[in-house]
Amino acid sequence: MLELFDVCKTFNAKTIFEKVALDHVSLKVNDGDFISIIGANGAGKSTLFNAICGSFLTDSGRIILDGEDITFKPDHKRAKTIGRLFQDPMRGSAPGMSIEENLALAAGHGGWLSKISKADKEAFRERLSLLGMGLEDRMRQPVGLLSGGQRQALTLLMSTFNPPKLLLLDEHTAALDPATSEKVLELTKSIVRDNRLTCLMITHNMQSALDLGNRTIMMHGGRIIYDVSGDTRNGLEVSDLLSQFKAAAGKDLDNDRMMLV
Amino acid sequence: MLTTILGLGATALELGLISSLTVLALFLSYSMLNVCDLSTDGCFTLGAAVGAVVAISGHPYLSILAALCVGMVSGFITALLQTKMGIDSLLSGIIVNTGLYSVNIAIMGGASLLNLNKTETVFTKARTLLAGTFLSSQYRLAVVILFVALALALMTWFLKTRLGLAIRATGNNPDMVKSSSINPAFTTIVGLCLSNSLTALSGCLLAQSQKSVNVTIGSGMVTIALASLLIGRAFMGKGSIGKRAVGAVLGAFVFRLVYTIALRFNLPAYMLKLVSSVIVIIAIAGPYFKKRFPEFKRVHDASKGGGNA
Repeated sequence: MLELFDVCKTFNAKTIFEKVALDHVSLKVNDGDFISIIGANGAGKSTLFNAICGSFLTDSGRIILDGEDITFKPDHKRAKTIGRLFQDPMRGSAPGMSIEENLALAAGHGGWLSKISKADKEAFRERLSLLGMGLEDRMRQPVGLLSGGQRQALTLLMSTFNPPKLLLLDEHTAALDPATSEKVLELTKSIVRDNRLTCLMITHNMQSALDLGNRTIMMHGGRIIYDVSGDTRNGLEVSDLLSQFKAAAGKDLDNDRMMLV
Repeated sequence: MLTTILGLGATALELGLISSLTVLALFLSYSMLNVCDLSTDGCFTLGAAVGAVVAISGHPYLSILAALCVGMVSGFITALLQTKMGIDSLLSGIIVNTGLYSVNIAIMGGASLLNLNKTETVFTKARTLLAGTFLSSQYRLAVVILFVALALALMTWFLKTRLGLAIRATGNNPDMVKSSSINPAFTTIVGLCLSNSLTALSGCLLAQSQKSVNVTIGSGMVTIALASLLIGRAFMGKGSIGKRAVGAVLGAFVFRLVYTIALRFNLPAYMLKLVSSVIVIIAIAGPYFKKRFPEFKRVHDASKGGGNA
């Protein structure tokens, strides 16, 4: 479904600040995969997502999504088939506009000069009620009034309103308090399951990296150093992941936010 | 006395309404798109110059259309500079504004002043049209009100369409626009084309109303319009889009009214621009100081109380 062939990206090339962010990364994601990605700070996890989304042009390599070569496709066009959530809950919605206006843009129904129809509003209300946050009764309120958790849940709804082929989650619950984080993660799981989405999730929580999904990838120095799925993965514990990291990277895994339990 | 006041009110209303078209343009570019469009002055003069030249050539109705079109072209260039050529948005406006000075004089045939005293304009057409009706004495106002009402209705409608929503989101959170599969460069271009066509229309109407165009007719318009916009915001607050657009028009009128009254108290006419600058400073710096007042107060108290606070 998603294939990366030998993708490279170096920032500030040929300066003293040169940083190899992606070092000949190749990855094949199968239809329906839910892959958790772990790695130290600066391992290239977010850069990998940026490459897939088209935030920049890669230096070399090819990116194929569902048989289509998207290597040179601009980011806003890729957004039609790739949904993405960031750690910052403020990043995915427009604070000065109402919930229904945000949803209308995400839904993208109708022509340029069409207005939000009654049917649209009904559909928004129905979807919002699934979040269980009472947002369906606040559709005309500006999004800026919502809490971080509510905004992230809304962003989740917006980016999956038209189910994308691929959903990228970049530590999307990391900035939320534990209870809200749990709630948003539950919502994510049910939306991914109901829409049979293929999903890549960066997490700093080693345990949920193993609990969620069917495959785990470990990154270091811009490379994928460990890729595990199936029975091998089922038998893994957090301590196994740590020793795998040490074996492959030659040092201990250090990430200032890493949660080992 | 009463007739003087009414006369003053009517003049302020007419001039205020004409400039309210520029205020609506800034409402779109500044409040919605979050772009401070500094090509406004030049574009206003461009509309005035083109409108005047077309009217002089004998086409009063076509002059309106021509002004709208050249405004759109000017906005397109400003938008192109900032979305496709890596030029900062403020700088794009300044560059286009400077370039337009030459363009405007060229359009006026090398002169810096054009006289429309014997020219058929939309206003003289309206006088003929409305002669004998109850509107005959207020034909000028009728023309202006027609244009403003039309612009206001279109603006309110437009900002609720999908394209309008996309333009508002571009000023609010461009990342979110991209993730909705819309190119923010496209929405910026559309927004600036529309806002600048309104600015040019505003210039065109002012020129035909005062029956002359000077190459400096638009100078300071951006600050005057911004002052009006901020006055309107003070009146209407953060209401619905329609309410805020009406606030913009209202602000333009209030600004003119205050200014016209000040003129009656022997304030020299050349003070207009200083007044508008001061209003913009107060309107933007005021809320900033209000927000920071608790901090100032704490620092002040601390220094007075020997640092124990």
